[in-house]
Amino acid sequence: MKRPGQASVRNKGTETVASENTGFEIKPMEQFEVKALFGGDISWYTPTNVTLWMALTVLAASALMIFGARGRALVPSRAQSAAELTYGFVHNMVKDVAGHDAVRFFPHIFTLFMFVLFANLLGLIPFAFTTTSHIAVTAVLALTVFLSVTALGFILNGAKFLGLFWVSSAPLALRPVLALIELISYFARPISHSIRLAGAMMAGHAVAKVFAGFAGALGAAFFVPVLAVTALYALELLVAVIQAYVFTILTCVYLRDALHPSH
Amino acid sequence: MAEPTANGVGMPQLDVTTFSNQIFWLIVTLAVLYYIMSRVALPRIASVLADRRGTITSDIAAAEEYKQKAREAEEAYTKALADARAEANRIIEAARAEMQAELDVQMEKADAEISAKAAESERRIRDIRDSAMDMVSEVSNDITVDILSAFDAKADKARVTSAVSERLKGGA
Repeated sequence: MKRPGQASVRNKGTETVASENTGFEIKPMEQFEVKALFGGDISWYTPTNVTLWMALTVLAASALMIFGARGRALVPSRAQSAAELTYGFVHNMVKDVAGHDAVRFFPHIFTLFMFVLFANLLGLIPFAFTTTSHIAVTAVLALTVFLSVTALGFILNGAKFLGLFWVSSAPLALRPVLALIELISYFARPISHSIRLAGAMMAGHAVAKVFAGFAGALGAAFFVPVLAVTALYALELLVAVIQAYVFTILTCVYLRDALHPSH
Repeated sequence: MAEPTANGVGMPQLDVTTFSNQIFWLIVTLAVLYYIMSRVALPRIASVLADRRGTITSDIAAAEEYKQKAREAEEAYTKALADARAEANRIIEAARAEMQAELDVQMEKADAEISAKAAESERRIRDIRDSAMDMVSEVSNDITVDILSAFDAKADKARVTSAVSERLKGGA
């Protein structure tokens, strides 16, 4: 961001521009801009900061799961232990939440978890670009989950999958109403699934940027926002992990519905 | 708000022109990550975990086996000890019985010897007494004959003998 001092010095010459830019200027949304890495217009294949940070996400995830576990030791090293714990954590989540027959989708869910987790965590590096703060990215993730789970439900259960919306334990008169509610909530799933992640990431980063901007503007009292940013950073670290966990566990819940649609 | 302004204010998230770019790179990323995870990372970690589980299971089984062996060894030891004790008792008993029998035989033998010796002694004492009595009567006869001859009396041997034995009997 621009330092307020520089801005006023540069704009001293022209009266009108200077009056517009008085005070400090914080651009909390600037960090979310998609920029072409080598300049030029952005078309669908242009390498952008999205490309860079997604590649780094793949690298980081691979570093943990392959480089960290390269020893294949019976008694694991620290890195191998972390890789195994991540594996076990997601594996148990899939098994406990989605059921034993969902374990065949474990690699898909694990990929999803690793992508979201490392995208969130890498985004916390100062000057980093957070790919998961973009609704386009999270919407594609959520829609992929939604469409594949729905398709899977129909392929595995056929028309019985519609039993998911027909609450057979409720009184008969209530069932059509409940079916409508269930149907709406089912289609609301990808929306909440994607906006939750993007919203949490965007909000946290924007707030951090605003506080960081205050630190530059407050002068001698800079330590107040610095402390706030420090506390916020710790919170964001937690949010980054929790959002990855939430995204994954919701995927497992949807998957369970597809595998066992009966209530 | 939807359209980002020139200086970047607004929400870049809603800039639809970048969507195709983001979605394209996301799909590429997910494909690559899925390939790496499912082909390399996950099978490797799964095999490590399986190996560890196998090792732990076999170690526990081996430990159980050793425990069983130790228990068997202890049982065998206890049994051997009891057997040895019983054997020792049996040997002691046998030795005692043997010694008792030996002792009985020896005692019997000694008793028989003693009684034989006593009988022998008695016999010899009787012999000695008998011979002594004979000697007494003979000596008495001789002395009587000698005394009678000293008195110059004719001594009839047969009368002297009967008289002496008469007197000895009477005196006895």
